[in-house]
Amino acid sequence: MSDGRRAPAHARGPSPRASSALHGRPAPRRGAVSTVVGVIGELFITAGVVLGLFVVWQLWWTDVQADRVHQQVLAELEWPEPPVIVEDDAGPAVASEHREDPPVMDEPETGEVFAKLYVPRFGEDYVEPIAQGVDKASILDRLGIGHYPETAMPGDVGNFASAGHRTTYGKPYHQVADLTEGDPLVVRTADTWYVYRVTSHQIVNPSQIEVISPVPGLMPGEEIPELTQRFMTMTACHPMYSAAQRYIVHGELDYWAPVEEGTPAELLDAGIEPSGTAAATTPLQEVS
Amino acid sequence: MYGALWRVLPGPVWLRVVILLVLVVALVAACFEWVFPWASEYVPMNDNTVEASTS
Repeated sequence: MSDGRRAPAHARGPSPRASSALHGRPAPRRGAVSTVVGVIGELFITAGVVLGLFVVWQLWWTDVQADRVHQQVLAELEWPEPPVIVEDDAGPAVASEHREDPPVMDEPETGEVFAKLYVPRFGEDYVEPIAQGVDKASILDRLGIGHYPETAMPGDVGNFASAGHRTTYGKPYHQVADLTEGDPLVVRTADTWYVYRVTSHQIVNPSQIEVISPVPGLMPGEEIPELTQRFMTMTACHPMYSAAQRYIVHGELDYWAPVEEGTPAELLDAGIEPSGTAAATTPLQEVS
Repeated sequence: MYGALWRVLPGPVWLRVVILLVLVVALVAACFEWVFPWASEYVPMNDNTVEASTS
């Protein structure tokens, strides 16, 4: 037994190669130049790794964080659910199409989530909160879609203008370029559905604020005519992963409906059932 | 630089590896939590609003 233990110790015995590698004969002396070059090289490698991490953070982690907040914000709304027809298990009631003047809410406080956006073209699970304001850090990076202050509220004459991220922070407008003419954009406030339809898109420079004019295209300073049309505008960055330009989608109100009446057919046809929102199927997590 | 760090760390190899892993995790967490959000203010790839030119 004791022999057996000693034998390996003997085998391990002083081997010049092993001991110098492990216990360090002092590192070979290097000249000052090669030391400096070595440190600079390591700094470059470090910078590369940090830049890589930044990309990971920007493209992945901001999404994870923002999606979590969006889910929670939507769950906290506690809005009335559209009615479901119980007889014959007929499912959600279909709202009728109202074309008279819609109810319009007052502009809320900055940061308040006052609406949700459903876009069948963006998928069954797509629903994003719309908050007042377009400040990047507090609204767009955090709460989702932002409403340009002093543009029209949903349903009102003028231009209900919104901004959303296309590649990061939950990317509510990721697929904005997939929209084609006639696609429904369904905005819901607490009590009302507003069904807009896409009419056109354009790519503009970031300074072309006429896209969010009460009548899109009306230059700032021009006299505003009597407003009769009810527009909606989405702005997102363009091209993707850049901010050189803006991708703009314009829509116009098709009809509105009270939530207590049912759900717009556009949503039901696309398999979207707002009463069982995506938020309800995902476990909610506390967000610090 | 990193060679010097390795020599400064105490203990056997496994302990040094553990210490380094903890350091790396802490640094990455600090970057994700504070450094990158701050830096992103200066990276314009996310701007999506139209606004009157400020220049």
